[in-house]
Amino acid sequence: MSNVSILLAWRNLWRHKRRTWLTVGAMIFSNSLLVFSISLQFGSYEMMIDNTLQAFSGHIQLQHEQYLDDPKMRHNLPEIIATAQRLRDELKLENVGARAVGFALASSSDRSYGIQVLGVEPLFEGRVSSIPGLVHEGRYLEKDSYDEIVIGSTLARNLKIATGDELTFLGSGLDNSFAAGVVRVVGTFESGMPDLDRNLAQVSLNYFNDSFAMRGKGHSIAVRAGNIEAVAGLKASIEALLKNQSDLAVRHWEELQPGLKQAIQADMTSAWFMYLVLIILVAFSVLNTQLMSVLERTREFGTMMALGLKPSNLSRLVIAETFLMSSLGLLLGIAVGFVITWYLSVVGFYYPGMEEMAVKFNLPDRMYPEINPVSLLLGPCMVAFASLLASIYPATRLYRLLPVEAMRAV
Amino acid sequence: MSSIRCIQLCKTFRQGDEIITGLDHVDIVVDKGEFVCLSGPSGSGKTTLLNAIGGLDTPDSGEIHMDGIRIDMLAKGPLADMRLHNIGFVFQAYNLIPVLTAQENVEFVMQVQGVAAAERAQKARDILKEVGLVGMEDRKPAQLSGGQQQRVAVARAIASQPKLVLADEPTANLDTVASSQLMNLFSELNQHHRVTFIIATHDKRVMAYAKRLIKMEDGKIISDEMQAPILDEN
Repeated sequence: MSNVSILLAWRNLWRHKRRTWLTVGAMIFSNSLLVFSISLQFGSYEMMIDNTLQAFSGHIQLQHEQYLDDPKMRHNLPEIIATAQRLRDELKLENVGARAVGFALASSSDRSYGIQVLGVEPLFEGRVSSIPGLVHEGRYLEKDSYDEIVIGSTLARNLKIATGDELTFLGSGLDNSFAAGVVRVVGTFESGMPDLDRNLAQVSLNYFNDSFAMRGKGHSIAVRAGNIEAVAGLKASIEALLKNQSDLAVRHWEELQPGLKQAIQADMTSAWFMYLVLIILVAFSVLNTQLMSVLERTREFGTMMALGLKPSNLSRLVIAETFLMSSLGLLLGIAVGFVITWYLSVVGFYYPGMEEMAVKFNLPDRMYPEINPVSLLLGPCMVAFASLLASIYPATRLYRLLPVEAMRAV
Repeated sequence: MSSIRCIQLCKTFRQGDEIITGLDHVDIVVDKGEFVCLSGPSGSGKTTLLNAIGGLDTPDSGEIHMDGIRIDMLAKGPLADMRLHNIGFVFQAYNLIPVLTAQENVEFVMQVQGVAAAERAQKARDILKEVGLVGMEDRKPAQLSGGQQQRVAVARAIASQPKLVLADEPTANLDTVASSQLMNLFSELNQHHRVTFIIATHDKRVMAYAKRLIKMEDGKIISDEMQAPILDEN
């Protein structure tokens, strides 16, 4: 736009106020919708990741380097409790819990089922997992709990036992000895995850150590970061701290829960397909507006060519008009989208029935859209870009105009 | 020194199955500073000749030279540049840009030429004063009378200091008084600024202002005479 005035482009926009406002209105609507939707999407992913990870796996786990691919009992870490304590002390991090895992046959007086027995530090497990908070009958394990067990509600139903009943388990220890015990059920939990409710049982790590002949060894240390953005930094700190420990792997949640990442990617793909449809619709609206605007000004463009303007000057004028219109839609759309999204990010967003589910499964009762530069700018910038692309066709039509024919146009 | 030379210009148009002759082997030489009127009935070829000289339309055959440059062979870009720097147009329907004020319309061509903002603003004010539109600089075309709009169009045409002004029926939409004022303005510009004028008209009052009168019929020049112009005392 070195030669042709921006002022002319701006005034041209307002020749048909209603038509321009309709197109700008479509941009404002789609831009604010995109800001809200993308922010909500980011917020819901964070919530989804948090909820999934806080249920069990944590953001980071320290494991034996072969444990992820081959979760055998022999792939363990030595002095697991001391290592977990070292992390707490040196990283000033309380959200660290050591665990050991074994498999056993659990029996009540009537029935037997195969279960996963998880040895945990009762004091710290609540900091890395939501299960202690999901106990709906009885209580969770205590600091000095020994021959006590907490089991999933489905498992309790299947075994036909309740809080206060005894349960016998029989498994194999680290040294291939029998790992057997009789424990009292002190609580049952309901996580909302069928696998956990049907198979998981938790005992104190001390009791697990004795029963499964672990001799102080364990299988993982779960770590929970303050938020998802802090995970990479925390992982690097842990790796630096424990770099001398052999056979140790520090696993990011994406390695621990590959399905979660894939689910997010799949959701993102389908959401972007919808966004793309919206963006294309807006682009067609711009194309329609600009094409009509160019066609009805053919005579005027002919005059301008007669005065000495080149088709390239006229094309730039049309693109400048679209740029101004898109910028208006972009700024107002971002402003409207920001205000709505910011309000909902403060008070939260919920739909009917969400609160009941949240109470039942120990989840947040509202979703909070996450506003960041990407969620704020990505969608509106794509709308602006698509609008500019849409203006190329009417702009290039001007190259075909001949001054004398254009000036005869009605 | 001749400024415009047309050699054996031919142009035909197709209208349905019929072929209409616009220009039929037209030869014409217009010297710098001349005030020429092209007259003749509708369809005689006046506008076609103006369009060809102005580079708005290309002839089927023949040559058009302007200051030694053969303009009928120029590509779109150089032809646009040639119009921008050498030719001013005045149209029957004024053809002002409706969203710009009188001042902005006059500045428009200078802006495209790359004249600095302050310089073109001052120049536009001076020219509007010269054409008698002081105080109307900020009015848009819709707020001006036909005569005033045509004065703005003339101001726009001469603002870029063209060597040649081509006017196609410039008084067709004007009343007698406005026509006289416009023609006096053209005569003045021709005399004082040595701007060459070629005006297509079938208005006898306009022809009276010309120093040279060329009559056309069926795309041919049937007479080409010098005459003493009659200047309006108003």
